[in-house]
Amino acid sequence: MSAAPVYVLSRLGRSRGADVVLDIDALEVAAGEVLCLVGPTGAGKTTMLRILAGVEAPSSGELRVRGQVLGAGGLTLEQQRSVAMVFQRPLLLDRTVRENVAYGLAVRGTTTKDEQHTLVLAVLRRLGLEAFAERRARALSGGETHLVALARSLVLDPTVLLLDEPTANLDPARVTVVEKVVRDARDERGTTVVWATHNLFQARRCADRVALLLDGRLVEVASATDFFEAPKDARTRAFVRGEMVY
Amino acid sequence: MTEALAPIVVLSIEVSALALLISGAIGVPAGAWLGLASFRGRSLVRATVNAGMGLPPVLVGLVVYLLLSKSGPLASLDWLFTPSAMVLAQVLLCLPLVIGITAAAVAAISPELPLQLKSLGASAWQIRAAIVREARPGILLALTAAFGRSTSEVGAVLMVGGNIEGHTRVLTTAVVLETGQGHFATALVLGGWLLALTLAANVAIVRLHGRAPA
Repeated sequence: MSAAPVYVLSRLGRSRGADVVLDIDALEVAAGEVLCLVGPTGAGKTTMLRILAGVEAPSSGELRVRGQVLGAGGLTLEQQRSVAMVFQRPLLLDRTVRENVAYGLAVRGTTTKDEQHTLVLAVLRRLGLEAFAERRARALSGGETHLVALARSLVLDPTVLLLDEPTANLDPARVTVVEKVVRDARDERGTTVVWATHNLFQARRCADRVALLLDGRLVEVASATDFFEAPKDARTRAFVRGEMVY
Repeated sequence: MTEALAPIVVLSIEVSALALLISGAIGVPAGAWLGLASFRGRSLVRATVNAGMGLPPVLVGLVVYLLLSKSGPLASLDWLFTPSAMVLAQVLLCLPLVIGITAAAVAAISPELPLQLKSLGASAWQIRAAIVREARPGILLALTAAFGRSTSEVGAVLMVGGNIEGHTRVLTTAVVLETGQGHFATALVLGGWLLALTLAANVAIVRLHGRAPA
């Protein structure tokens, strides 16, 4: 946690009509850490990720991205291009897998077609998807779609990777592959990862820190060890033990 | 028969193709904009465009006739009873179809897709381009419908073209003439050509869809 924070959230709120779906008093996300967001469905994990990704605007409070306060226009294109998000229900373009994964590179226009091809095949190989390269993306299963969505984000080598339950539809072998790829991104590239998951074992395996969200509020943020072995809040203890009744 | 038929078929193709080209060039961007934009009164504009899909051809023919007639505001063009007048009438008939179906196809794309493309670093224009590309099957349907309407149209082109032999006679107006004169065999041959033309255009559009880069 010594590195400068990538995100600083201060009294950040998001409302939909009369419902407050997110109300974060204070939270920092350090560069190069894996922060797992846990909590029941509807706790605000997805909303928080979408705000961090710049695809949803906060209703109140302040969000600083690398020290810069997020303006009314949201993330600048430059900031946007340093962040990539894997959505809970990823939508792929009606193109081949290879073209979908190359999309982010193509819109940046900073690589040649040959370079894009090499990068795309490399990331597909890392995720065990090389055989899918020329398949139509719309013909993939739900799990494969999630993997392709992860590939199209990873290929961009983002400084921040936001993951919204990317392994929810995957078999255990592929979950292991995804976890390794994400850990490698952090260890080798210094990628900051904010990862929403319902899988507490996964959070324990992969997170540097874990945050519990309940009803849009942050209950506890702690290192993975402290969160699971010595939680301070009674609600965290109940959640970790699976005793929480929502 | 063959000698007389050739110019009719050629003019039919020319008029319909030109009307389709103009309708597509104006209608696809306009429809894409209407499908993507959010402004006050958008529903009303879309409802108006959709109502335009059912424009009675004879009414369009009458309006174009009045516009181009000697006392009309566009008399100086001197287009009345020329293929240009027929193209103008067909464009007015096809444009609502192209705009309306394109807008519907673009608007049917999930509103979540632009956000996901944004998260991949796409600019606003790149997102719009990707959405229009995703709506391509609907856009091709719009063009197919427009071509179908223009090739089968008879009322408006008869009024503004005049069905002049060797000048403004097209397949549809020729069928009307031959039927009126009791030359049913000739009318059926012309009808067959009309059908073949429509079929060929549709096959071409379907193949274009299949070949286009995804």
